[in-house]
Amino acid sequence: MSYLVYIIGFLLLVLIGAAVYAVRQRDLLYAVIATGVISLALTGLFVILQAPDVALTEAAIGVALTTIIFIITIRNTVRFEDEKDKK
Amino acid sequence: MIYIFYITIVLLALGMLFAIIRFIKGPTAGDRTVALDTMTTIIVAGLVIMSAVFDRFIYADVALIYSVLGFIGVIVIARYLEGAL
Amino acid sequence: MSLYEIIGGILIIIGAAFLFLGGLGILRMPDVYNRLQAGTKATTMGAMSLILGVGVVKMEDSWTWIVKMSIIIIFIAISNPISSHALARAMYRRKRYPFIKSSDKNMDAYREIIEKEEKDEKTVMNDQ
Repeated sequence: MSYLVYIIGFLLLVLIGAAVYAVRQRDLLYAVIATGVISLALTGLFVILQAPDVALTEAAIGVALTTIIFIITIRNTVRFEDEKDKK
Repeated sequence: MIYIFYITIVLLALGMLFAIIRFIKGPTAGDRTVALDTMTTIIVAGLVIMSAVFDRFIYADVALIYSVLGFIGVIVIARYLEGAL
Repeated sequence: MSLYEIIGGILIIIGAAFLFLGGLGILRMPDVYNRLQAGTKATTMGAMSLILGVGVVKMEDSWTWIVKMSIIIIFIAISNPISSHALARAMYRRKRYPFIKSSDKNMDAYREIIEKEEKDEKTVMNDQ
């Protein structure tokens, strides 16, 4: 089962890349979509690491609840961090 | 039989890599949301393959939950882009 | 190899190829609507074929796999077109029109309806 190492490495690269993208992005809507990618990679990682109950919770909360709450927050506040980012 | 799983996992990883490139390059918010939707479907297929490789019947429940709930985030983002949320 | 493994393996390879082509199409297509076409329809077909293949491979052990795989296929077939339709309508309402040559105005009849609605709303607002 040594090929699982490569899948775990690929998913970890996706996870860290999406997290860095979400932190450094100035447009908050793109950061929210990157949060969805983080939840996606984390669910696959939990299943490969033999924790399906944690993966169930992560799939239910990360893909639906987090996105809805962040989108409603953006709707009620501002989309861009700075005024000069607005194109 | 295990070689079929190897080929499948490599093809799924390549498809996900292309979707990630489009996610980074995409000029508008719609392109990034399309990339997220594609990655959701690919991950559902990958979870089913993983449950078949491990030969655990209960692991397919995660794919079931993901296929039920995976479209809610895309719909919320689309309604926000439409301005009707 | 038994007959179940051969048929299921062929279905799994077909599904994986469709998922790969969906990812390739989402990178290569020029427009949001073309990317929706590649990224939603092709991957829906690929995921359905792959999940059915896994159910067929596991069928010689027990029949419970194919039932759960059928439930997953039904949910994918319901939920994927909903998100695709919502996203396409949102992008059209944001005036990112598909690329059409200027001589083919009849292809995009829905644009005239939206422009007419906006004109009506503007005149109503001007009247008030």
